Amino acid sequence: MSVLAEFAAAVAARRIRVVDLTHTLDPQFPAIVLQAELGQAAPFRIEEISRYDERGSAWYWNNFTCSEHTGTHFDAPIHWISGRYLPNNATDSIPVEDLMGPACVIDCSAEAALDADFLLTKERLLAWEAEHGQIPARAWVLMRTDWSKKIVDAVAYQNFDEAGQHTPGPSVDAMQFLVFERQVLGFGTETIGTDAGQAFHLRPPHPAHDLLHGAGRYGLQCLNNLDQLPATGAYLVCPPLKIKQGSGSPLRVLAFVESAV
Amino acid sequence: MTAPLQRPNKKNPVCKTRQPTLPPWTRSRVALGMTAAAAEGRFELQRCARCQAVQYPPREACHRCLCIDLPWVEIDGGGKLISQTRLLHSHDLYFRERVPWRLGMVQLDAGPTVVVHLHGDVAAPPARVRVACKLDKAGMAVLVGFPAEEVPNMADDRQLRELTCNPQFRRVFVTDGKTATGQAVVRALAAAGADLIWVGHAEPWKLVPGLAALQALEQVTLVPLDVTDQRSIKEVASQVGAKVDILINTAEYHRAFSISARQGTDIARMEMDVNYLGLLRLAQEFGPVMKARGADGQSSAVAWVNLLSIFALANFPSHGTYSASKAAALSLAQCLRAEMRVAGVRVINVFPGPIDDEWNQLLPPPKLAPTAVANAIIDALRDGIEDVYPGDVAQEWRMRLKDSAKAFERELSVGSGT
Repeated sequence: MSVLAEFAAAVAARRIRVVDLTHTLDPQFPAIVLQAELGQAAPFRIEEISRYDERGSAWYWNNFTCSEHTGTHFDAPIHWISGRYLPNNATDSIPVEDLMGPACVIDCSAEAALDADFLLTKERLLAWEAEHGQIPARAWVLMRTDWSKKIVDAVAYQNFDEAGQHTPGPSVDAMQFLVFERQVLGFGTETIGTDAGQAFHLRPPHPAHDLLHGAGRYGLQCLNNLDQLPATGAYLVCPPLKIKQGSGSPLRVLAFVESAV
Repeated sequence: MTAPLQRPNKKNPVCKTRQPTLPPWTRSRVALGMTAAAAEGRFELQRCARCQAVQYPPREACHRCLCIDLPWVEIDGGGKLISQTRLLHSHDLYFRERVPWRLGMVQLDAGPTVVVHLHGDVAAPPARVRVACKLDKAGMAVLVGFPAEEVPNMADDRQLRELTCNPQFRRVFVTDGKTATGQAVVRALAAAGADLIWVGHAEPWKLVPGLAALQALEQVTLVPLDVTDQRSIKEVASQVGAKVDILINTAEYHRAFSISARQGTDIARMEMDVNYLGLLRLAQEFGPVMKARGADGQSSAVAWVNLLSIFALANFPSHGTYSASKAAALSLAQCLRAEMRVAGVRVINVFPGPIDDEWNQLLPPPKLAPTAVANAIIDALRDGIEDVYPGDVAQEWRMRLKDSAKAFERELSVGSGT
């Protein structure tokens, strides 16, 4: 049996589970917030073209608008200034082989529950490796925080106070480790942004964006259902829309997980 | 003596809601001059430039000397009631439902004799009265005879309430309670005796000062509403639209950019999305149900208020794209006014000068306090005014535009506009 035929049979027999890591695109989904005088990412909006009515009798369809960074979305290297001169750095030119890969899931849900500003450190990653083995090159590393479960309350999901947003993310040394010592393909989080809410105050600011994209790697944000993935063994498929010179895109993220036999 | 207004009884759910009817609205072109003045709260009549005769009703030529130069001048409404009538029967559908109706004939100190709707507290003739010009349910100017001196509960007169939109005991929807102006409007409505105030708020994760304090007001219910999201408006309108007597659209998006001060159209698009399309979306979702309640007892749907800007009337280049979005909103508000008029629901447009907020930081004073805008809105509702120009800047712009729109455009273009 060919590999693909075997794969198809395994999916059909539910020996491979398909996990949807995507939030629904909903007008109420919280959008990223920047300082009020800066340009802002448009939230998801949807308006009917027709719904079996005088505007079009037998069909229902909508127009929708949003930014490239709305909902569960992908960040291309060109998104950040550090990645602006790299080759193949935009959504239309990224090699398609990069848009999938094995996933390592770092469960930080306990720490994030205690500390909204929790930072995933290199030390914590090494401890994970001691348990699950070394993170392979070209893996997608997903930081599980269970933050996605807060989405029922957009205020809690954004978690702002007067000092800005408080959401977990990676530290500078964790990103340096993943990008330069482990050669990961990408890094994904459950929050708005691959970086922590307070990452503007790190040195360098926004290490996930700065280091990932500067090295031509990718980001995934607002992921869902990471609690349904094993620490290792899942396979991720995450192709963004093929937007010309796009900096990112909302997307459907799927993970394949082999059921225990 | 007028009895103080009481909180209305709950609506009987088995009775049919009355369809709105309008008083006679036919007016000649020249008679609409009275409506133009009444829309801003003034009583104006024609005064002959040659012989100085004041005349009523308005005509194409002076009734005394046939001169056709008849400028409109503000009239002091003092006069003497010389006769009165109590209308007990009418073939007109509007008055048929509202009889008895008190009418009078007043000899104005300014000269002419006029027919007025007579306030209940005016004594039998002969009596001193004060005549004011108001807009009726059809949006047309009518004259009202008030008592010469203020009397208790004067605003609560049944006939007068046909011409005004007092928020007392009414249910009001304020579309955005996150701005300083929106919050001032809500507080002013509460102070004016509004029964229920729904307050929309978008992007709940953005904390703004003052919203929690609003929520502490007994009359206030916060509802999630984003005027850029049709579904959100539809949901809220489905829930509470059939109870809204007054809608006040305070939602606006304001950035201070000219064409060349910023690349791209994202800000202009947001301004249009909130200031223009937001109004359109609100009108599509709340308009029909408010129109259906134009004659729903004491607390009928009566008014729709748009917070525009004096920049809607002429482009203020340093806030150029914002001005354009407000001009679009003004145009749409005129369409809304035409559509709501058939139900007797008044569309009030408010044209404040620069409000003292973050986005007008670099504009020099005088700037309007948000409470001043709020008070102007309450006054307009109580007095039955349709076009409101609060503040010195708005008043000055209005005068200069009236004098010469072209000259004013040039003044604004060289930066001497404020």
